[in-house]
Amino acid sequence: MPLLAVHELSVSIGGTAILKSVSLSIAPGEILGIVGESGSGKSMTLLSVMRLLPRAARAMGAIRLDGDDLSEKSERDMCAIRGRRIGMVFQEPMTALNPVHTIGRQVAEMYVLHKGASTREALRAAADHLAKVGLTPDRVPIDRYPHQLSGGQRQRVVIAMATALSPELVLADEPTTALDATTQVGILELLKGLGRRDGAGLIFVTHDLAVVAGLADRIAIMKDGEIVEEGPAPAIFRTMQHPYSKALRAAATLAPRHRAPKNNDAVPIAEAKDVGVTYASSWAIFGSRQPTRVLDGIFLKVAPGEIVGIVGESGSGKSTLARALLGLAPMTQGSVSIAGESLAAAQGKKLRAIRQHIQVVFQDPYGSLDPRLRVEALVAEPLHLLDRTLSRAERRTRVETMLERVGLAPADADKFPHEFSGGQRQRIAIARALILEPKIIVLDEAVSALDVSIRAQIIDLLRDLSDRLGLAYLFITHDLAVVRALADRVLVMHNGKIVEEGTVADVFADPKHPHTKELIDASPGLEAVLAARERAGAAR
Amino acid sequence: MARYLLQRAFSLGLTLLIATLVIFVVLDIVPGDPASFMMGLNADPQTLAQLRHELGLDLPAWQRYFIWLGSLAGGDLGISYTYRVPVSELIVERLSVSLPLTLMATALSLVIAIPLGVFAAARRGRFSDAAVVGATQLGVAIPNFWFALLLVFVFATTLHWFSAGGFPGWDEGTGHALQALVLPTIALALPQAAILTRVTRSALIETLGEDFVRTARSKGLSEARSLRRHALRNALIPVLTILGLQFTFLLAGAIIVENVFYLPGLGRLVLQAITQRDLIVVQGVVIVLVAAAVTVTFLVEIAYMIADPRVRVGRT
Amino acid sequence: MMLLSAARRTRRLSPSLLAGGTLTTLIVAAAIVSFVWTPYDATLIVVENRLLPPSLAHWFGTDHFGRDIFSMVLQGARTSIAVALVAVGVGLLIGVPLGLLAAAQRGLFDEIVMRTNDLVFAFPALLLAILITAVAGPGAVNAILAIGIFNIPVFSRLARGSALSLWTRDFVLAARVAGKGAIRISHEHILPNIASVLIVQGTIQFALGILAEAALSYVGLGTQPPDPSWGRMLAESQTFVALAPWLALAPGAAIVLTVLGLNLLGDGLRDLLDPKTRIER
Repeated sequence: MPLLAVHELSVSIGGTAILKSVSLSIAPGEILGIVGESGSGKSMTLLSVMRLLPRAARAMGAIRLDGDDLSEKSERDMCAIRGRRIGMVFQEPMTALNPVHTIGRQVAEMYVLHKGASTREALRAAADHLAKVGLTPDRVPIDRYPHQLSGGQRQRVVIAMATALSPELVLADEPTTALDATTQVGILELLKGLGRRDGAGLIFVTHDLAVVAGLADRIAIMKDGEIVEEGPAPAIFRTMQHPYSKALRAAATLAPRHRAPKNNDAVPIAEAKDVGVTYASSWAIFGSRQPTRVLDGIFLKVAPGEIVGIVGESGSGKSTLARALLGLAPMTQGSVSIAGESLAAAQGKKLRAIRQHIQVVFQDPYGSLDPRLRVEALVAEPLHLLDRTLSRAERRTRVETMLERVGLAPADADKFPHEFSGGQRQRIAIARALILEPKIIVLDEAVSALDVSIRAQIIDLLRDLSDRLGLAYLFITHDLAVVRALADRVLVMHNGKIVEEGTVADVFADPKHPHTKELIDASPGLEAVLAARERAGAAR
Repeated sequence: MARYLLQRAFSLGLTLLIATLVIFVVLDIVPGDPASFMMGLNADPQTLAQLRHELGLDLPAWQRYFIWLGSLAGGDLGISYTYRVPVSELIVERLSVSLPLTLMATALSLVIAIPLGVFAAARRGRFSDAAVVGATQLGVAIPNFWFALLLVFVFATTLHWFSAGGFPGWDEGTGHALQALVLPTIALALPQAAILTRVTRSALIETLGEDFVRTARSKGLSEARSLRRHALRNALIPVLTILGLQFTFLLAGAIIVENVFYLPGLGRLVLQAITQRDLIVVQGVVIVLVAAAVTVTFLVEIAYMIADPRVRVGRT
Repeated sequence: MMLLSAARRTRRLSPSLLAGGTLTTLIVAAAIVSFVWTPYDATLIVVENRLLPPSLAHWFGTDHFGRDIFSMVLQGARTSIAVALVAVGVGLLIGVPLGLLAAAQRGLFDEIVMRTNDLVFAFPALLLAILITAVAGPGAVNAILAIGIFNIPVFSRLARGSALSLWTRDFVLAARVAGKGAIRISHEHILPNIASVLIVQGTIQFALGILAEAALSYVGLGTQPPDPSWGRMLAESQTFVALAPWLALAPGAAIVLTVLGLNLLGDGLRDLLDPKTRIER
């Protein structure tokens, strides 16, 4: 008998079907990966198993845990099952823990609740179990509050709660998505080990094929509330039939590209010399906190038409560098020049002239477009930098040209941002960046918030624009695969400094700095993961 | 943490200091001479000058401010023009009515609002929730002095359960005094309770939508238990802010309600002082109430620290 | 236009919006009608008609001077609405630009604005009114001034808080890359995005203004005779509570209905303009 069998589960909210006849099963000790893009229903599947769906949701179908149908259990019985027999780990470790209770107390609650332990016994057991997930009392005492912990440490606390009572089944909903790549590795190992040791089943939901490719025994691919393909890993990657799975796989393996090296003797289109940014702590009468150094001695050159990738984890200073180049962050030392002109020295008309050369596309396609403006006004916004005011017709023509250039229709100019999908919005943002025909565009995590299939399309668009228009990019990302697919040269940032730089081919083939190595090991890419698994399988 | 508290105490102290300056400047530019007002229309100019000198009214304004500030620090609020007794004595005497009234009203509104807000949030979207929301909507709209009039009409004039007004004083026995404060307390508390219920309910509903409540449910806590053990304390943090604002509001609101019940509190004192142009009394009452407001703000911030470890314990 | 498009999106009007809108419209209409028509002259003293109970001739009865209560309530509406509306206007016109500027400039200017707000908040609203009337004497204009001054920090805090979160958004950064200055961005991007929050707060402050005006007039610091006012009608009714309870009923009910209507309208607008606050689950 399978540990968990979901049979023809359908869920709808307010008449909209969220899940359509989903069936899946998992055996004890097995790891099932569910892969899908946002809105595919993968999180809803997990919440259905927990019977924690939103109130408005209506569910049909059977969910059997060891043969018992959970959908027929009373709420009281479900409370005894949740946490005791099924543990759950969530995506956002920053908000999944109660901010006003210590981590020890939150883990101890499991023992008090399900085992009737006294507070003292429970706290002792919690300390032991936290040590097992890597939070030893000498480094992370149990009387710490969640806000005192890093994201990875918090996720370990959540995992400790989910596994405290050795449940038969653990559900993990994108547990590593919010974490840095190097932190992600540790969490994945932890989840894998806990499942294997206790013989528990693990359902791992993610949007990242590479993550499950290295982890799962079986993989199910979801789209629009349905499982479109399912099979054992890694064999499923060879036998994929459904066009959607194929597309997902193709998108996850971005082909590296090789272009002829750009002429580095030309006047650089963007140059940073010894740039430093320090944030002073806020105004305070009684003592002052240490100022934080966010950027430290950055030297950087981007040649005309060159694509430079900057990689680093959160807090490495890469976004601050982007802002410094755009003249948005106050620099405490050094200088930035655009097309040979110093940004700091320029003012008024001169500054506006320089700014016409450099534009930007941000990460979040929902946050980077003012929801109250029409696309025409949004795309036309940089025209403000021109010395003359364009006529209405001229403005309209320019906007329409740009929209067509990024693959949208001229009529889209009259719509509002909420009428577009995430990928289309990012195209609008690119059109806005293009309208002044700048020489360089700063792309700040510009494809990170997009689903993989859409990400591939936007990367194609960016490549094409650069080739056709001779555009240079400064591409800032945490995603090595994207840099590989797009950039000519790469800079690796760590703690506000550039620790390594070189051509993409050189750096990836032979990383010099330990942090670069760590980054590359932490995100091996789908092909590398599959190759490693094939080798391991053959050796066994 | 100690540094943060010190910083806040300093900042609030500064606010208080500037407030004294504002009060002084505003009342100093008032047209009309208190001395001639005290002596009446046919006063002899010499006696008038004598009185002005006694009251220190012939000194330049900035000197008067610092003298006033100095005596303020020593608890001396000056001498009432009309009552001819120290203002501080008057205020202390009247506070013995206003302060218990405000405290009782605050307590009553808390006792009503927190359970009712929790009840409504727990049953959100159902009929009983809608009923609570409707009742609070009405409660918020009722002016407390009108509510007081209705209470007088029903419980004093018609049913004769309570007297329609007046205050026997604490010397006549605590029971009698408290009985005189029952209707004023209810009149003050109910509209405030309506506001507090709404705040509690919406803060709790918002907290119930947080990820950590879902985590609690996934740990096996029932809905009621996760509300009690995880949501409530987080939701009480915004409730505290409103409670702090309300205390000062109630203290000021008592001014109006005391009028309905003819209670000899701060309210009647200050309103009479205005009609008699006894500005030194007005000044004293305003200072005391502003100081109370600032102190309560500070207490709320300490309560914040107790409730929220993110404020109490820094990052490590 | 924003309201219309939002209403079209949700396709139906919530009950609170409908009830609040209707009540508010009725009361505003009554106030306007009172300029051209009231059943009797609200200031006409007819001693032989004093303290008449409600009847067909005098719907809400008459007061101790024989004045028609219904006419006085109608005229009182315009005093209340005028005072509260102007006070909200003062708060909006001064508070919102201050808050926007504080969020845009940060630094010292922000600090000064915020500390001044703290200072005003240290004076409970009523206290401010007492201080002002102590100086300038009682009257409707001074009541407006007192309520208006109290509204300034309410709106400047709200505008500053909402603007600050918008300033970190990428579309504002994009506008800065397009070379736009702080004032232009505040006007083109920030203000339209916080307008709905301001409208909702505006209706709430409007309601509070009605209550404050009534309270001030009740203790004799607000509207002065002969202008009719709900608060003063209640004060005058107090002596006759045993004899003629209807004197207290009509003006009180008028206050409650007006405040209720505005609060419901505010709630309804909030749901309409910000679907996030609607309670799901």
